[in-house]
Amino acid sequence: MSWPALYAQLVGANRHSTSLGKIWLSVLFLFRVMVLMVAAETVWGDEQSDFVCNTLQPGCENVCYDQFFPMSHIRLWCLQLVFVAAPTLLVSMYVAYRNQGDRKKLLQSSGRTGFLSSKNQEEELEALKRRRLPITGPLWWTYLFSVAAKLLFEVGFMYALYVVYDGFRMPRLVQCDQWPCPNLVDCFISRPTEKTIFTVFMATTSSICMVLNGAELAYLVTKAIAR
Amino acid sequence: MFHTDGISLVLEVFASTLMYHLPPLILQIHGLRMNWDKLYTQLNGVRNNSTSLGKIWLSVLFIFRIAILILAAEKVWGDEQSDFTCNTQQPGCKNVCYDHFFPVSHIRLWCLQLIFVSTPALLVTMHVIFKQPKDGKSKQSSETSDHEKQKKQRLPIKGSLWWTYTWSLIFRLIFEGVFIYVLFLIYDGIQMPRLVKCEQWPCPNTVDCFISRPTEKTVFTIFMVASSAICMMLNVAELFYLIHKKLTESSKNSKELQDNKKKRGAGEDGATAGEPSSN
Repeated sequence: MSWPALYAQLVGANRHSTSLGKIWLSVLFLFRVMVLMVAAETVWGDEQSDFVCNTLQPGCENVCYDQFFPMSHIRLWCLQLVFVAAPTLLVSMYVAYRNQGDRKKLLQSSGRTGFLSSKNQEEELEALKRRRLPITGPLWWTYLFSVAAKLLFEVGFMYALYVVYDGFRMPRLVQCDQWPCPNLVDCFISRPTEKTIFTVFMATTSSICMVLNGAELAYLVTKAIAR
Repeated sequence: MFHTDGISLVLEVFASTLMYHLPPLILQIHGLRMNWDKLYTQLNGVRNNSTSLGKIWLSVLFIFRIAILILAAEKVWGDEQSDFTCNTQQPGCKNVCYDHFFPVSHIRLWCLQLIFVSTPALLVTMHVIFKQPKDGKSKQSSETSDHEKQKKQRLPIKGSLWWTYTWSLIFRLIFEGVFIYVLFLIYDGIQMPRLVKCEQWPCPNTVDCFISRPTEKTVFTIFMVASSAICMMLNVAELFYLIHKKLTESSKNSKELQDNKKKRGAGEDGATAGEPSSN
């Protein structure tokens, strides 16, 4: 199970998305997952090993690191991406459920009318798999719910990041007075500027995804009202 | 309710699973890297023969447990021994204290848990494959891949398959419960402390040892235990659903039998009534 496998799953569900949904998926994978995998993980790779405190007291660095980084940015973004991608799978599960029901009806109806050639039946089943369901009725509700859930997760994780790190800026120096550090100790974070740049980048792409989700919600609601 | 052919089928399935599926899984456990993709393709075949709750269970398993384990949790525990610091210069003390407080790492426990929990589902797949009729005209079908074969096989969950499926659910529940209990037993709860005090030889007196990233580890432990609990609830719900299905089926069958008996009885009465008239 890896990012490419998740991508394969989501692309399958993409067939039943709106155009905004397809744009959202591309933004998600190009600008967030790819950047996370290729660049951000190396930037945060040495975050604990190069977190240096001005003390020889054993254990002080561990404790200060834990104090200022309760949850690493990378893990927060990983969880955010997994949670944000999950509601799309809800839609694909619903579509699979619909297809199964329709497939049963098709087989039953062919059984009733007598012996249809197996080729004809196979063609119809294939067409059933490849068709594009219109976003109406229960599919509309499922889709709406999935978009709302995505938006909620994005906002939740962004807020969590902002609260835990007091903003999107990574300072060069933090001052720590946890036990066992003697008095107040200066601790220096590794690559603070690079981390700030990436944090701002991920926050921006997250906001773009939030805007896309909001637009998609508005589009779905206006489409339903127009109907 | 037990049929001898059912028992022999179960034994056959279990034996073949032992022979063909466990050795590669065991090799993977001993291997340096877990090949989750293989497990993923195997379990995708399971999806065809599951109930809807089973499919939800599979999704929760893969997205929230295996994916999070591989993508995030393994890195959090990556430096658990290298950044385990003890306030001493005594050689060997750090090693001994780490070994005392972390007999089995969380990551390895979760890896084993996921493997054990996924294995019963493979029993169901094997049962389905065994139950397919073996034709002589299977030359064409042998060209199709295993994946396509699994897609085409979809048996209704009745008879012996019902028993295999129910037993696989029970085993899943047992494994989940045992592993969570073991985690709680070894680590005295979910919280990872910042400091542990160690008095193992060769450490002099009592030594303070500091664990790396305790808060992050606590968060992930809570997350994995919560998703494990959700999976257990799904399994229990599925078990109740299957039992309910079986009970309604058996009551339907007994009703049909009674109706058939009544029809036959009415038919015989009609025949005997006709005889005196012929006389």
